[in-house]
Amino acid sequence: MNRFKRHLWSASLYILLVLGGFLTAWPFLWMLSTAFKSHIAALEPSLSLWPGEWHWENVRDTFESAPFARYFLNSLLVSGSVTCCVVLTSAMAGYAFARLTFRGKGLLFALVLATMMVPFELTLVPNFVLIQRLGWYNTYAALIVPWCANAFSIFLMRQAFLGLPGDYFDAALIDGCGHLRFLARIAVPLAKPIVVSVALFAFLGSYNALLWPLLVTADESMRVVQVGLTYFRGDFGVRVNLLMCASSIVILPTVLLYFCAQRYFVEAAITAGIKG
Amino acid sequence: MLLLAPAMLLMGVFGFAPLLSGFYMSLFAGRYGEDRFAGLDNYVRAFTDPGFWSSLRVTIYYVAGTIPASLALSFFIAFGLHRILRGRGALRTLYFLPYVTSAVAAAMVWRAIFNSPDGVANLLLSHAGFGPQRWVLESRGVLHLLSGGWIPPGVGPSLALCCVMLFDIWHDSGFMIVVFLAGLSAIPAELEEAARIDGAGPWRVIRHVVIPLLSPTILFLLVASTVRAFQAFNSFYALTQQPDQPLFESTTNLVIYIYGQLYRWNDYGYGAAVAMLFTGAIMLVTALQWRYVGRKVHYS
Repeated sequence: MNRFKRHLWSASLYILLVLGGFLTAWPFLWMLSTAFKSHIAALEPSLSLWPGEWHWENVRDTFESAPFARYFLNSLLVSGSVTCCVVLTSAMAGYAFARLTFRGKGLLFALVLATMMVPFELTLVPNFVLIQRLGWYNTYAALIVPWCANAFSIFLMRQAFLGLPGDYFDAALIDGCGHLRFLARIAVPLAKPIVVSVALFAFLGSYNALLWPLLVTADESMRVVQVGLTYFRGDFGVRVNLLMCASSIVILPTVLLYFCAQRYFVEAAITAGIKG
Repeated sequence: MLLLAPAMLLMGVFGFAPLLSGFYMSLFAGRYGEDRFAGLDNYVRAFTDPGFWSSLRVTIYYVAGTIPASLALSFFIAFGLHRILRGRGALRTLYFLPYVTSAVAAAMVWRAIFNSPDGVANLLLSHAGFGPQRWVLESRGVLHLLSGGWIPPGVGPSLALCCVMLFDIWHDSGFMIVVFLAGLSAIPAELEEAARIDGAGPWRVIRHVVIPLLSPTILFLLVASTVRAFQAFNSFYALTQQPDQPLFESTTNLVIYIYGQLYRWNDYGYGAAVAMLFTGAIMLVTALQWRYVGRKVHYS
């Protein structure tokens, strides 16, 4: 009886979890299927997840009916640059905080951590004015430069470098290896999981951002996908199938990246979660 | 020193300097370039501005409506996932998927689902025998609609705001589940086993063993997600606001309100003052959480 009860319990647990997972994923599946429906079929409200006939030309139509390729290019350019810069600045700063000794290091690190507590909205107004004074309004610089360093990445990198054996550093320095070379050749490769995670978080943060790009750009040619998508709705009127096609394309890079780096990503989320 | 220079320069210019200049700006009135020293006038104006109070109310409804629900939901999902052995990774990915995707793209999907009158949400309602709703465009209170008009429409959150809450519970739970799973895996299995042998049922095991041992994780999630909920912008904007139309008041939270002051009216001094008040509110709530919830946290 007890065993029967346990089986029943575990079976119902599975059913609940799979059902919940299906409900969670349902909007995605609906998006994907609507993306390939015809205009008429997409207007018909339906719970079915299988388009009767597949309209692959929707992908072409999406790119043709709005400067969507341009939005996409802008997003990849901006997020790619931000990711590279964040990895560079945080690896260097993290290394300095982990391995160098200098006056005021503790205070400086405390200041860096303090910026994690300050909400982005507070710095939003002054930064916006600063961008205008610099003449960067509506340029790539405005989209990229302010996001090239952040406390969270520096913190993660520092933790990673602190975890490496100290003997390596001493041995390399005695052999006459400079800090920069040591960082590039030994420290970064050894801390690869964290470096990958920092890059991923940086890319996700930049690619999914909406408020800042919305504020500092004005021209169609400078919009990133997230901003473009909010305008899309108006431009498209009721062409739901193309809107869903565009949404699928926007989601694609982050989902792909997540699958490539899943191991590292989950690990980093765990580290961040437990150690604060 | 050279290693630190790039990061510190960037953070100094775009992180610290704005803190000071933001406060400075909040003391001036008028548009950018025609500044007039106003002292604390902008702050006084906020407290007498119905738009400010309304956006504060929206923010509070939203935080109170999403945080407990998503914490509880993701705790139980994580607890269930922790119990099963096969297919845990695949299911975890399924639950985590919404979190990786952009809120804007996902909001477009939900907008289509909530489309009125021909969306999937209305289709489900009609199957259940109810009339169509306007969902994300409905500014009347959800209590008003549920009570059949008995409660006035201005009381409680609007249906549109509830749609935003539902969306964000869906979108953000994946992260909480992953963090909860990590916390759960750090609990020794013997403790749960011992409690069960002593005759404790599943509810008592959860209440007296799992939750106390998980409390550092819960505190982290509570504080981090409350701050994020205060700052929510993407879902509000993409789900309920139209780019070239006036702001939709029943889903204008404080961040959307600040955005409106800056972008639509170029009222920088006032926008900065509201941002200052907003920051103060977040810090106050965070401090209270540390003080009152943090005291109950059990560190092994």
